[in-house]
Amino acid sequence: MPHSFAHLSDEAVVALVARSDQSALAELYDRFGRVAYGVALRVLRDEKLAEDAVQEGFLTAWRNADRFMPERAKASTWLLTFVHRRAVDLVRRENRRRVDLLPDRAEQPASGSAEEDAWLRFERERVQTALKQLPDQQREALELAYYGGFSQSELAERLGQPVGTIKSRMFTGLARLRELLADPGPGETAWKPTPSTS
Amino acid sequence: MEADTIHQLTAAYALDALDAEEAREYEAHLSHCERCREDLVELSETATALAYATEAPVPPADLRARILQRAQSERANIVPLRPRWAIPVAAVAAVAACAAIGLAIWSTSLSGKLDRREAALSAQERVAEIIAQPGARNISFSRGTLVVAPTGEAALVLRNLAKLDRRYTYEAWVARGGVPQAAGLFQGGDAVSVPLEQPVRAGAVVMVTREKAGGTGAPTQHPFVTVKSSTQTQ
Repeated sequence: MPHSFAHLSDEAVVALVARSDQSALAELYDRFGRVAYGVALRVLRDEKLAEDAVQEGFLTAWRNADRFMPERAKASTWLLTFVHRRAVDLVRRENRRRVDLLPDRAEQPASGSAEEDAWLRFERERVQTALKQLPDQQREALELAYYGGFSQSELAERLGQPVGTIKSRMFTGLARLRELLADPGPGETAWKPTPSTS
Repeated sequence: MEADTIHQLTAAYALDALDAEEAREYEAHLSHCERCREDLVELSETATALAYATEAPVPPADLRARILQRAQSERANIVPLRPRWAIPVAAVAAVAACAAIGLAIWSTSLSGKLDRREAALSAQERVAEIIAQPGARNISFSRGTLVVAPTGEAALVLRNLAKLDRRYTYEAWVARGGVPQAAGLFQGGDAVSVPLEQPVRAGAVVMVTREKAGGTGAPTQHPFVTVKSSTQTQ
């Protein structure tokens, strides 16, 4: 039975995945495969390993879709968490981590649909703008943890800080980022670099 | 103070920045801390936003097909719980033991509402497994479809079945040699999936009646669905 998914929310698509609907899984991939691959590649810096992380993340979703609770998470968060967690597991196992966070990969000719490219670019700029408004130390803690795959204890050691300090930078940074994403404020369009000294 | 420390782990957990042992400890705490569960909803969503802040190159074209293929093969390997006649004895014992443990946890920890939702989902899952079996046959009739796998595992999929008041239930029957065997109780709904608890062999007749809540050992009403499975064996 062919389905048309265009009118369905992400959460409704996951509900269909829970009924073992393979075309719903395909739809989920079409909606999030590219972001999933992007973050896995950023963490792992290896195309083969990134593909593994994406595949395992989607299969985890396939196996657990019947336990998805829409009141607990958005479908996108739920799915991308599986992929990210898998990427972090792999990077820790492969011991591929480095502190030299490449700020981002050089602009690549992204050959998706023009619409998708435009939307992803918009999202990227939105989140990057918010990130840039965080104090340097908080942003560094978030980036090293999320993109670098470092645990809080490893970060404490590398940065020569007590674990409590790292923990609190992450908490404050993430909470602040949440506010910035919810309400970027009047300076939304201007990229205001955070003053490094006050 | 101990509690405050562990509350603060919510951000690190959302960022996947705990080691395995810390993560387990935090998850144990999460199961009885409403405040952390609420924080985690928000902070996980924010952490996931970081996935969008990075360049998103197009993944290799064959990745999608590989994921779908793996998903399909996993689904085909799942051993259905219900039709025990199709499973070797040792496997039945193992499955039954797991099911008993699972059921004990299930019945003590969840509300009745959740139980029903889970039951409905797992019925759908079992039906999906039967439909997915190679060689499964569909026999359509006016209100739906009977699906029969070569093993005899079978399911009814019924459309627009009126909801009954709580004094009544629908009951499925599989008749072999003229003797109907009870094959499961179910409720009405827009689309109802009913895995049958009796195998459907060539020539068997599948029926549905309305019965008193709790079901009966033999049909007391005239069946409103009667489907004969094909006499052909494949």
